Amino acid sequence: MESSVSVVVIEDEPQIRRFLRTALEAEGCAVAEAATAERGLIEAGTRKPDLVILDLGLPDRDGVEVVRDVRTWSAVPILILSARADETDKVAALDAGADDYLTKPFGIAELQARVRALLRRQARSLPGEPIVCFGDVEVDLSLRRVRRAGVEVHLTPIEYRLLAQLITNAGRVLTHQQLLREVWGPGHAEDSHYLRVYMTGLRRKLEANPTLPRYLLTESGVGYRLLLGGS
Amino acid sequence: MSDERPDPDALLAQLEAEHARAQRGKLKIFFGASPGVGKTYAMLSAARLLVAQGVDLIVGIVETHGRAETVALTQGLEILPRREIEYRGHTLKEFDLDAALVRKPALILMDELAHSNAPGSRHPKRWQDIEELLAAGIDVYTTVNVQHLDSLNDVIGGITGARIWETVPDKVFDSADEVVLVDLPPDELLQRLKEGKVYIPQQAERAMANFFRKGNLLALREISLRRTADRVDDDVLAYRRTQSVTAVWPTQESLLVCIGPGPGGEKLIRNAARVAVQGEVPWHAIYVETPKLQRLPDAERAHVLKMLKLAQDAGAHTAVLSGPDAAQTAIAYAQQHNLGKVMVGRDKRPFWDLGFAYHLGRQAPDLDVIQVARSDVEGRRRSLAQSAPKSAVVVRLPAYAIAFAVVVAVTIVATPLLNLLDLANIVMLFLLAVFFTAVKLGRGPALLSAFLSVAAFDFFFVPPRLSFAVSDVQYLVTFAVMLIVAVITGQLTAGLRFQVTVAESRERRTQALYEMARELSAALTVEQITEITERFVAQGFNARATLMLLDAHEHLVSIGSATAEDAPDIGIAQWAFDHNELAGLSTDTLPAAPILYVPLKAPMRTRGVLALRPLDLPWLPAPEQQRLLDTSATLIAIAIERVHYITVAQDALVHMESERLRNSLLSALSHDLRTPLTVLAGLAESLTLVGPSLPKAQAEIAQAIREEALRTNALVNNLLDMARLETGSVKLRREWQPLEEVIGVALQARANVLAHHAVRVDLPADLPLLEFDAVLMERVFCNLLENAAKYTPAGSRIEISARRDGDRVEIVVADNGPGLPVGKEEALFEKFARGHEESAVSGVGLGLAIVRAIVEVHRGSVRAENRPEGGTRFVILLPVGEPPTVPEEV
Repeated sequence: MESSVSVVVIEDEPQIRRFLRTALEAEGCAVAEAATAERGLIEAGTRKPDLVILDLGLPDRDGVEVVRDVRTWSAVPILILSARADETDKVAALDAGADDYLTKPFGIAELQARVRALLRRQARSLPGEPIVCFGDVEVDLSLRRVRRAGVEVHLTPIEYRLLAQLITNAGRVLTHQQLLREVWGPGHAEDSHYLRVYMTGLRRKLEANPTLPRYLLTESGVGYRLLLGGS
Repeated sequence: MSDERPDPDALLAQLEAEHARAQRGKLKIFFGASPGVGKTYAMLSAARLLVAQGVDLIVGIVETHGRAETVALTQGLEILPRREIEYRGHTLKEFDLDAALVRKPALILMDELAHSNAPGSRHPKRWQDIEELLAAGIDVYTTVNVQHLDSLNDVIGGITGARIWETVPDKVFDSADEVVLVDLPPDELLQRLKEGKVYIPQQAERAMANFFRKGNLLALREISLRRTADRVDDDVLAYRRTQSVTAVWPTQESLLVCIGPGPGGEKLIRNAARVAVQGEVPWHAIYVETPKLQRLPDAERAHVLKMLKLAQDAGAHTAVLSGPDAAQTAIAYAQQHNLGKVMVGRDKRPFWDLGFAYHLGRQAPDLDVIQVARSDVEGRRRSLAQSAPKSAVVVRLPAYAIAFAVVVAVTIVATPLLNLLDLANIVMLFLLAVFFTAVKLGRGPALLSAFLSVAAFDFFFVPPRLSFAVSDVQYLVTFAVMLIVAVITGQLTAGLRFQVTVAESRERRTQALYEMARELSAALTVEQITEITERFVAQGFNARATLMLLDAHEHLVSIGSATAEDAPDIGIAQWAFDHNELAGLSTDTLPAAPILYVPLKAPMRTRGVLALRPLDLPWLPAPEQQRLLDTSATLIAIAIERVHYITVAQDALVHMESERLRNSLLSALSHDLRTPLTVLAGLAESLTLVGPSLPKAQAEIAQAIREEALRTNALVNNLLDMARLETGSVKLRREWQPLEEVIGVALQARANVLAHHAVRVDLPADLPLLEFDAVLMERVFCNLLENAAKYTPAGSRIEISARRDGDRVEIVVADNGPGLPVGKEEALFEKFARGHEESAVSGVGLGLAIVRAIVEVHRGSVRAENRPEGGTRFVILLPVGEPPTVPEEV
């Protein structure tokens, strides 16, 4: 798949663009750079990229707005780069439709892993095989059946809905709000402790070491992510 | 409908009154007909019973009069030491109010309610001391004889022939929670007197001859029995109020007392007070100043004001009104205030003067008019005061001279015209002169003018000329008309002029108040308010004003230009401030002080005290002036409060502004520091990706550059976090969550540094949810884990455990490393602290300081200690709070 993958990098710092290009080209991506949001939106619109990497701290426009703008006409995966320590910005960008985030400074290996995960997700975006595996867990979405090491695991309806939601969005970060809305309905936006309690329950049933999960990961202050084929 | 439903305001007032009553101490009065019936004895006996029950009781003051039985009863009771007051070379021993308030017993015994305190005491009367004790929540037992009651003073004075000046307002007696009548039949009392149990023998003889005659004693006993019966019991009253609301204030029964300038006002007021209290109705006392009364000497007018003050003390609303006709003005007032009964004094007067009561009755037939005989005991006393010189005549002499000159001028002008004009027209000229004099100069000069005109007209013009003889009788009519015109016009103009004066002074007051309000509303600083207040008080009250406001420590301090010798007394000011009442000059509290202290009551709280030093003494403010003073005090207080809030708002703005600046500075700093570090780390790492792979040495250098950049970044993070935590600009996003999750995240984030350590997590499954900020708590565990990894050799064990301990959760992060240097456990949490000074381990020692700061913003605590079995443990305590529940799934 040489050069078949195109990535648009929207980042105002030239040195960061430079090593992003290096890292992405090492992964075999074709990289288009933009220093402003305005330029970036044009690039993203004309090139129809497979991935957009977007810095939240752009000089001309708020990054969250850019995400919203892109989402009006494209479902392309968006990876957010954020220099800000404040989690609310990331949550806002994710709620607006971004798929994942990285906080500066980040390692190149980590960047490459995220990019790979997003591209893989993109590749099998249409509902393919009904069976999803991670670790020793096997989920059959068509039969609504969950097995761990071959033994059937009983999940409550909510636990199952939560797991299904994470599987459908595997590799993406789902914010608390998104999960609460999808699993519990719009009336429970404030009940983030529900989500946390059920998540703990799910880990106890599916993870080998619930305190040190490998697949059902927590993003502090942001949300959760299911990592398929976890490292 | 108001018949059916209780008036909410009245009920509210009742609730407030009940609340106040609950806070207030209870007053019990031992009431007797005469000295020697055993009031003090009864009080002490009751007290001893209470002491036996363990009540905290002290003797504030008890006069034993050397009676052996009484002295014996005081044995064993705690007696408050008296205060010594030097007065004219004598040392007087008085009740020590301050000591009693400090001691604050549950109950205090205060003998002789009617006692007058020595000059220099805080209050002139003991009953006022008792009021303050009650207000402080202390119960009081006291004693009083019937002859000391204000309203009965005259009656009893008439019976016994001895007047008593130590009196107690009836309201004190009537508002007492309990009254115990100590009764002794006269024969027994006389027997006790003979036995020397009341007075020491030589006094007894004298007393028996005068006061203790059997007739007197019988009368006194009857009066006191009746007075006790009159006093409606509090419970009954309260019952009646709550049961039938219509009976709360039957306003048609309300009483208006018209006070005249004559003698006997005190009796009138006492009578009215008694009727009002017995009838449970509000009452008003007014004085109508007519043109005639305005010409009274100052001493007389001061006396009227004193009467009004007396009425006010006895519970009346008071007012000074002005109008040409006293009866009309009084009726208007009665109608305005819905008062159905009018009480006036009756005195001897000439037969043609029908009297005030007659005019009232004629002009308002629907009013009940009650006439009260004025006693003349006071009349005699007061006639001394009346002999003030009438200075009016002296002042008005020029007016008479002018009147004379006018008549002379008219005569001179008219003489040559005699041949041209009829006498009838010449008279007109004189009439004009009389009229002019009346209008311009008033009634007296007008009368003079009339007489002179008649004389001049008669002498110079009426034939036979140059003689006072009158040939034609018809001229007598002319003379009469001229006189009548003079009198009527004079009367009218005098009345008008008085009205103008009154209106002008009212106008001046309103104007002054308006000016002050306008200036105060524009004032932006306390200095401006001080200046405006001083100016206004000097104009309006002829007094020096000093503002006393609260400083930062809630102490009153004088603001402005008070010199040392007339500086206000902080103690009295503080009292006025604390009690929210007037104090000092001419009030109930320390009336001998030269300065009046007015608390400045603003809507939110009392803001300070206005100290007024009148420049000409004696100073007795009329009710209007009192009201003016109240209004201006309120205006000043509101202005001060406004300025206060302006300052508060400005401070808040400055604070917000600096907060905003700090936050934007921190985030700019965070961005500007992190971006180059990101670049540095990223470029160093990308070196290995471009071109041919690097030789080993260079790849290691690139790796080292990257690690240093990341470490610097961690340091920057720590510094910025510490700065945020210290300035309090961290917004906590507290949510209920399991501890397990955040520990998992921390373990994952620090997986690389923990690679060579064995980590064990032991969390009970039933640990409650805790409320914390996930990101910050992650930092706590990251720092603790990093710390443990850093200071223990590879292969060491790190254990994380938690357990619930009552209303807290105890979280322990322990290792089996070398442990902490003994005695330095606390110092670890200081900024830039390092466990081992010479250690080669990198870091600046912010990690644990951040841990502590974060735990403390979560209202928890953290400590470090060495484990007995070796190693270190960090213990975090977090409050459990009230975790929300998660509904069970069905």
